Amino acid sequence: MSIQPWTTEDMARRAAREIPAGSLVNLGIGLPTQVADYLPQGHAWLHSENGLLGMGPFPYEGDEDPNLINAGKQTVTVLPGGSTFDSASSFGMIRGGHVDIAILGAMQVSAGGDLANWAVPGGKVMGIGGAMDLASGCRRVIAMMQHVTKKQEHKLVGHCDYPLTASRTVSLVITDLGVFEPTGHAFRVVELAPGITREAAAKATGAPLI
Amino acid sequence: MSHDHNDKVIASVEAALAPLRDGMTILCGGFGLSGNPEALIKGVVTRGVRDLTLVSNNAGNLGKGLALWLRAGIIKKVICSYIGGNEDLHTRMASGEVQVEITPQGTLAERMRAAGAGIPAFFTPTGAGTVVEEGKEAREIDGRRYILEKALPGDVALVRAQKADRFGNLRFWRTARNFNPVMATAAKLSIVECDELLDNGAIDPDDVHLAGIYVHRIVHVPEHENAFEFRTVRKRGA
Repeated sequence: MSIQPWTTEDMARRAAREIPAGSLVNLGIGLPTQVADYLPQGHAWLHSENGLLGMGPFPYEGDEDPNLINAGKQTVTVLPGGSTFDSASSFGMIRGGHVDIAILGAMQVSAGGDLANWAVPGGKVMGIGGAMDLASGCRRVIAMMQHVTKKQEHKLVGHCDYPLTASRTVSLVITDLGVFEPTGHAFRVVELAPGITREAAAKATGAPLI
Repeated sequence: MSHDHNDKVIASVEAALAPLRDGMTILCGGFGLSGNPEALIKGVVTRGVRDLTLVSNNAGNLGKGLALWLRAGIIKKVICSYIGGNEDLHTRMASGEVQVEITPQGTLAERMRAAGAGIPAFFTPTGAGTVVEEGKEAREIDGRRYILEKALPGDVALVRAQKADRFGNLRFWRTARNFNPVMATAAKLSIVECDELLDNGAIDPDDVHLAGIYVHRIVHVPEHENAFEFRTVRKRGA
């Protein structure tokens, strides 16, 4: 079997399988946004933290409204049954545990479930946005990222050395090499991409695999 | 500050902004360039006040919106949640011209909600165990760690509404609502820029998004740029 790490499309398709029918989901900016493409119509309700529930796909050309946007400031639509609300209410939904699942991009995830996704040490400060609220407030947090950096550095690690977004919060990590569950001191292998051996995955991981 | 709730409609942006002073803390509605009080933002530059503390989620972007204040050099401090691609803020933060306090977005909203509702501080899980906790009181409540965040009141709120009646009852459009209503509650003086000005009674009481008790000055501004930040579309038939 040839080694075929997952593409970002494969990762998004795999992440979509983690979303039960009828759930309320917040998809983070970047990679997680693609997960929406693999959700059957009417399967789940998408929440956008700038104040929108029941978010639909991008509008048809000519229908776009600069005052109907998602948290990434992209023009979107609202589906029947959707609603809009202010920022304090929106984050009340998040912090109050009313949003079932957040799928968030990540820079590092530790075996203990710590998430780092907002700042690179020594890098340009982009800000926190809704990341900390989503990571600490949503009932289940799934991280999506490439398994290693472009310089082949570990991103699944024993302890994060990037600034934390939230501690002990990630319940599942989906990477190009597979699906992994932080268990405290190790990552449990849930699934591996085609042709990826446990040895290859272990070498690419900065904490024990079990 | 007490206000005359029978007389709120002001003829011009210039007159509406007359109470502004140097050094004030200004809460300005909008999420990126969406739901910005565009005429009031421009009017503040013309008004000529400076050394302002600006509270805004993004403090402008693409050289538009509140980037005008950054370019005019009238801001001393920004309290925001996200800078992203806002180069006007990046350069002034790097040079030290503008001090920047970054706050998680939900904490930013809740600090103003608290200010408007008479709550001086609150415990939140957001930011516990991160750099946001530094210098703040932390407490374990029922086995979970929380940090104490203080209310964030403003001298003036600049608010964009789709509809206002003459008492100041407001309705907002789609995601242009964002921080606008919560900022109106948190300021001593709330100035609203509305697309449509209606007589009292034209908005059904059950359809009011923000009660006029939080609104002190109203300017009717029918035309807006409503700039796109990322115009994303689907092809028809796709």
